[in-house]
Amino acid sequence: MTYIAKPKIAHPSLPKNELGLTTRDYEGAVSTLCAGCGHDSVTAALIQAVFELDIEPHMLAKISGIGCSSKTPTYFVSQAHGFNSVHGRMPSVTTGANAANRDMTYIGVSGDGDSLSIGAGQFVHAIRRNLNMCYLIENNGVYGLTKGQFSASADIGSKPKKGMPNQQEPIDPVSTALSLGATYIARSFSGDKEQLVPLIKGAIMHSGFSLVDIISPCVTFNDHEGSTKSYAHTREFYHHVSNIDYIHPSKEIKASYDEGESMPIHLHGGDTIVLRKLNRDYDPTSRADAFKFLRDRFNAGEVITGLLYVNEGRAEMHELMGNTDTPLSQLPYEGLQPGNDELKKLQNRYR
Amino acid sequence: MATVNDVVIKIATVNGTGSASANGLMRKAIFRMGIPVVGKNYFPSNIQGLPTWYEIRVTGDGYHARADRVDIMVAMNAQTYTKDMEEVAPGGWLIYDSTWPRSKLLDREDIVVIGVPLSRMCNETFEGARARILMKNIAYVGVLAALLDVDLEIIKELLEETFASKPHLIESNMQAIGLGYDYAREHFPCPLEKRVERMDETKGHIVIDGNTAAGLGAMYAGATVGAWYPITPSTSLMDAFRTFCARYRVEPETGKRTYAIIQAEDELAAIGMVLGASWNGARSFTSTSGPGISLMSEFIGLAYYAEIPAVIYNVQRTGPSTGMPTRTQQCDLLSCAYASHGDTKHVLLFPGDPSECFYMSPVAFDFAERLQTPVMVLTDLDIGMNDWMVPELEWDESYVPDRGKVYDAEDLEKIEKFCRYLDVDGDGIPYRTLPGVHPKGAYFTRGSGHNRYGGYTEDSDEYQEVVDRLLVKWETARAMVPEAEIRYSKFNKAGILTLGSTDGACKEALDLLAEQNIGLNYCRVKAFPFTDAVREFIEQHDVVYVVEQNRDAQLRTLLIADLDADQNKLVSILHYNGMPVHAAFVVDRVRSEIAKGRAA
Repeated sequence: MTYIAKPKIAHPSLPKNELGLTTRDYEGAVSTLCAGCGHDSVTAALIQAVFELDIEPHMLAKISGIGCSSKTPTYFVSQAHGFNSVHGRMPSVTTGANAANRDMTYIGVSGDGDSLSIGAGQFVHAIRRNLNMCYLIENNGVYGLTKGQFSASADIGSKPKKGMPNQQEPIDPVSTALSLGATYIARSFSGDKEQLVPLIKGAIMHSGFSLVDIISPCVTFNDHEGSTKSYAHTREFYHHVSNIDYIHPSKEIKASYDEGESMPIHLHGGDTIVLRKLNRDYDPTSRADAFKFLRDRFNAGEVITGLLYVNEGRAEMHELMGNTDTPLSQLPYEGLQPGNDELKKLQNRYR
Repeated sequence: MATVNDVVIKIATVNGTGSASANGLMRKAIFRMGIPVVGKNYFPSNIQGLPTWYEIRVTGDGYHARADRVDIMVAMNAQTYTKDMEEVAPGGWLIYDSTWPRSKLLDREDIVVIGVPLSRMCNETFEGARARILMKNIAYVGVLAALLDVDLEIIKELLEETFASKPHLIESNMQAIGLGYDYAREHFPCPLEKRVERMDETKGHIVIDGNTAAGLGAMYAGATVGAWYPITPSTSLMDAFRTFCARYRVEPETGKRTYAIIQAEDELAAIGMVLGASWNGARSFTSTSGPGISLMSEFIGLAYYAEIPAVIYNVQRTGPSTGMPTRTQQCDLLSCAYASHGDTKHVLLFPGDPSECFYMSPVAFDFAERLQTPVMVLTDLDIGMNDWMVPELEWDESYVPDRGKVYDAEDLEKIEKFCRYLDVDGDGIPYRTLPGVHPKGAYFTRGSGHNRYGGYTEDSDEYQEVVDRLLVKWETARAMVPEAEIRYSKFNKAGILTLGSTDGACKEALDLLAEQNIGLNYCRVKAFPFTDAVREFIEQHDVVYVVEQNRDAQLRTLLIADLDADQNKLVSILHYNGMPVHAAFVVDRVRSEIAKGRAA
């Protein structure tokens, strides 16, 4: 049995959000991943993020492909609509779902195998469409369910538990997304909830395609010495280039931010995120600069995290297509066909 | 002896020279004279430069198939001239451009060769290379009009409608018509022994291709999301949907669209989008051809098992592999019926002409939602891209989409707990909910093993309960699908059983066989699973000729698999060279089977 329902017991003192729900209401089934799996920390961050954003559970769609990462939707918000699809195809299902109903929140959870190998094509094209979704990659450099083969995100020289070190160039989801024009790109670490939660919140509230690449170590197959995706390696080489604070529209911006080091970014829905730059040279609004900075730091062996690029100026898929504000799935049928008289008329050209 | 309204004209040209509009003009003019016509394109997989043909069958009897002969060949392509000439039936005519000299070696004693200096006349009359090429095509329409006795006033009327916004083109086109018409009248006895004459058999009819009709049907059915990847010969289906939506699906107040057409990165994504949209409550579809079905198969299996509606139009082309993309076949019956790994089977609809492409569209969407499963509409290149005369399409204004068993917010309020895969009504169809409607409606959709409550399972009994229930649903589908078209007389011991575009050739063959005192009954299946009436039809006969357009007798295989039909009775008549089947082929095969001792 790999599906265990979690008993819902909420302590009366648990804080409630604006909907009167506690974090317990945003939980899912008990995880069946390995003890210590980075993915479970991501799940915890996700629960915190959607709780704090006051998202109505049934207005949330959580969609995934296949793999360890893709099991995640089972483990958060059991009152949301989940769709565990086929390997590498989460983006297309999300595209269709979003096309039908633009009013819902879409979180896609994927992994490095799901997004960078079998699903690379769909990952790339969802970005091109600027699909309004939050796209998480739980990135651990290996295939877990099939017992430890390298994935396309494995770094050169990274050692497997058995066999030869990886010699192929890794595909970096962040620089890939940058080159394709994704409009919100972040990287974080499953072990850094403080940074991860606001990054996910910003990603959910951003209008357009948001990518959060999360280094999420595999304790069973890729957490040994010589692996570049282990807890130890990530902790040693990882740097915050920025942190963000998510500001709810109803809240005032209370904290003071130093000029030049902080920048408020106003999201479409009225929310604001404040980006605190920890590196003065870093400009997260320039694709070219971001790309150069990231490549340079990557070559130096660093894992750069934070909100790495953001562009609030680009229209998302529905706006690009000129679609009606009403979700397409809710349009009354009467308005969708012009009737028999018009059918008669339009056939004149076929005579 | 003069023959009236029974003539086959084939026009050989070069792809990309604008001959399509000239050919369409000819076909429409004859139609407007009240005479039934069939128009078939035989075109290459090419943009420009390769040979292409258009065949107009003038059929006062109103047949739908192509004929097995060519009476008049318009040989405008030097590249194919020799072969085109060979194709003319004895006693027929060949029209060629006599601007350039032609080798006497190319003559045939048994046909009449008509040389018209089309290029010379057009070069003398028109300016510019492009105009001269285009007008040369219009000029041969003039020649044909004189030879066949087509009414020039009708041609003028058609040009006036086509070029309503560009009046100068009406004049130049009529001038080109005149060049050909006058030359033919001066130099040859007009009209020929095979000619046309006004009749009144096209009133209330249109000439339309199946892809246009299907795109129109999808719009009327209320489809709001179309996701696709371009592929011949299905591209014009989504193009038609787009054209009709651009006209009828834009909110006047806001200028915003009430439809989304997404050109996907491949067919895998196209079907994924359809499933996502259908899961989320939109009527959604894709159009594709055989190679696309291969790519979509994994998702089709998910839709079957997770019970998600989807409408898939498959405009079949000649396989296997890339095959001949611009030729027709009915070769995807098996790959569609059982698409995907594991135990899967899918509801298929088989329109027989463009009219059924239109009418079966709302049916396909209704079935997909009622049965919560993929429904595939199998047409082919012949239906999809050729010009068929069909009765004018009508829309039943009382139509209300059947959205199937969907609990709305009110229903969900009343029930204690929603379970996705319970067979509440005993018809094998569970209730579903749409995301975003009500907190109680949430469930987890998955392609992995699940129990009747929708929970993940690896328990043998729980797994089997669900897949067994899908068989109950299959029988529900059998009772719902459109009934076969059956013509039955108790005096006949043998029958023809067929599907889709093969209908025209078979019905014509029945007439021809009847003239030879061979009476056969007829059954055209319109859907898979097969209805009980199809089972009875097979049981009622000693021999059933199963006529289909593929090599491996796929329809016959399905009949045996789905109905456990007696395979000894089912005699295959197979046509699979990529050209649409014609009646003479069916007649020949039936007769040779009878000669071998089969029942008639």
